[in-house]
Amino acid sequence: MKKKFFALPYIVWMILFTVMPLILVLVYAFFNTTPSGDVIFTTEYLASAFSPESLSVLWRSLGYALITTVLCLLIAYPAALLLSRLKPRTASILSLLFILPMWMNFLLRTYAWRALLDLNGPINQLLGLLGIPAQQMLYTEGAVIFGLVYNFLPFMLLPIYSVFTKMNTSYIEAAEDLGANKRQVLFRVILPLTRPGIITGITMVFMPAVSTFIISRLLGGAHYMMFGDLLENQFMLLKDWNTGSALALIMMILLIISMALMRKYDKDSTEGGTRLW
Amino acid sequence: MSNHLILFKNVFKEFDGVEVLTNINLYIRKNEFLTLLGPSGCGKTTMLRLLAGFEAPTSGDILFEGKSIVNTPPYKRKLNTVFQRYALFPHMDVFGNIAFGLKIQKKDKNTIQKKVKDMLKLVGLSGYENRSIDKLSGGQMQRVAIARALVNEPEVLLLDEPLGALDLKFRKDMQLELKRMQKQLGITFVYVTHDQEEALTMSDTIAVIDNGMIQQIGTPVDIYNEPINSFVADFIGESNIIYGTMKEDYLANFGGRDFPCVDRGFSPDEPVVVVVRPEDIDLVAEREETINGVVTSQIFMGVHYEIRLKDDNGFTWVIHSTDPAVIGSRAGLSIGPDDIHIMSRSQYDAADA
Repeated sequence: MKKKFFALPYIVWMILFTVMPLILVLVYAFFNTTPSGDVIFTTEYLASAFSPESLSVLWRSLGYALITTVLCLLIAYPAALLLSRLKPRTASILSLLFILPMWMNFLLRTYAWRALLDLNGPINQLLGLLGIPAQQMLYTEGAVIFGLVYNFLPFMLLPIYSVFTKMNTSYIEAAEDLGANKRQVLFRVILPLTRPGIITGITMVFMPAVSTFIISRLLGGAHYMMFGDLLENQFMLLKDWNTGSALALIMMILLIISMALMRKYDKDSTEGGTRLW
Repeated sequence: MSNHLILFKNVFKEFDGVEVLTNINLYIRKNEFLTLLGPSGCGKTTMLRLLAGFEAPTSGDILFEGKSIVNTPPYKRKLNTVFQRYALFPHMDVFGNIAFGLKIQKKDKNTIQKKVKDMLKLVGLSGYENRSIDKLSGGQMQRVAIARALVNEPEVLLLDEPLGALDLKFRKDMQLELKRMQKQLGITFVYVTHDQEEALTMSDTIAVIDNGMIQQIGTPVDIYNEPINSFVADFIGESNIIYGTMKEDYLANFGGRDFPCVDRGFSPDEPVVVVVRPEDIDLVAEREETINGVVTSQIFMGVHYEIRLKDDNGFTWVIHSTDPAVIGSRAGLSIGPDDIHIMSRSQYDAADA
């Protein structure tokens, strides 16, 4: 019974910084103070949050996040497979190289890419040496997606790699023994067995990517605004906390839905396997 | 030559410069139950992995039906493996596991259904099709692993200590059952174990392996009764191993006494090593011509008593007897001519070199 005491700081923390803000978001999104000082229920903020303009930003965010997730998966999965097949020493050095950039703040890294991708930046200078005219790379959709993939790749790689290292190689040998060639081993044994890692990776990339901001603004400029940027604008630029809260609510519901979907897939895949988290 | 299904020819295997198999030469006949027997780390599992194709020999050749399979990938080999820890796919149920090989071969659905059903019946798991793997007991997993391999109708079934994780009673049942399946299906079995009793019970041929070398190949009776060197004598069952001399043909001298025996062909007074199995010795009343001593200990083993007797020369004999002895009492040892196994000193020492 006494052990409950130790959870107290956590409970206080949760109430102060998770529960209270959530209540505040709900209050701001649905209640209005009239000039006379009355507090009344309203849906006008929710309605303005569903304006065509913010909806198009929402779709764009979902699209970018989806593309980012797919690209991260396509890069990280083979990389994790290779890493798990290497000698432990080589693998640890290579995975360190993957993680190393994560130790630096992502803002700094994104600023660095701004300089690199600039019209007069080192990449274009290099292209100039090869006789290729300077390319507009900054402030394009490609730059935004590149920035997202670059920042979120480790979050895809690590969970998949961890599942690979824990996977018993005798399953692969058993499949080969039963007549499966390399491709069949991959699709019938390795992929299903690493599904928990894939699900975790997707969750850890898609959710933060869909709600991210700054990356899109720094690398995409005003044209490729994402939902996170829109939220930030409402609060910081327009000081419209009510509409901002309504937008935040939409975002949260979206994240809860995608989380529930992931959980469902995760549950299916952990039938008989190991749960990653 | 024709019935040599598998042939190891001068096979060497190194891992990172360490030699684990040294000059292996072995043939395996069709429909034979061959056991690779040896202590852990002796190289027996490596031999199995070479056969399955998970490892390639450093040098030498392995022939299957007369053709080299050294460069054949595992999935093209006509043999299947029952893995030590079964390696059943955790993301499939019992049916999925057994049907795996058939689905790879693109067999039609009805054939797969029927074959899996027949296989489950053979291993005594009818009705377990939809059971998930983590809901199976060790023995059931064992049976599924065997069914998963056998359903592909391999020419050879490789078994890597398949009974190691089972309890004693169940292991005995499975030994008989495996032997029955092997007879019924007419498949060649290559069986790896460190359990000498298991090897003696099930095998047609045993290859005793130690230190990456084959020490002796023979039938269980040969291996048990005529161990070729100290390692085999020691590893297969318990033995009393004592130095002696061969006075003349059919007459050995050890423990200070002369014993008639069935061996011949040694030079007069050649130093030899005498092996006597504990169950071949009878405790009798002291006599002039018997080796005599004091009973020092007695342990009840279930079927028999394990009795130790220190003879008057200081050598301690192990005797297995169904009759109890009295600790501290004096007794003599009666050893019949058939029970004395003689090997030359140089042959005996070869395994220690």
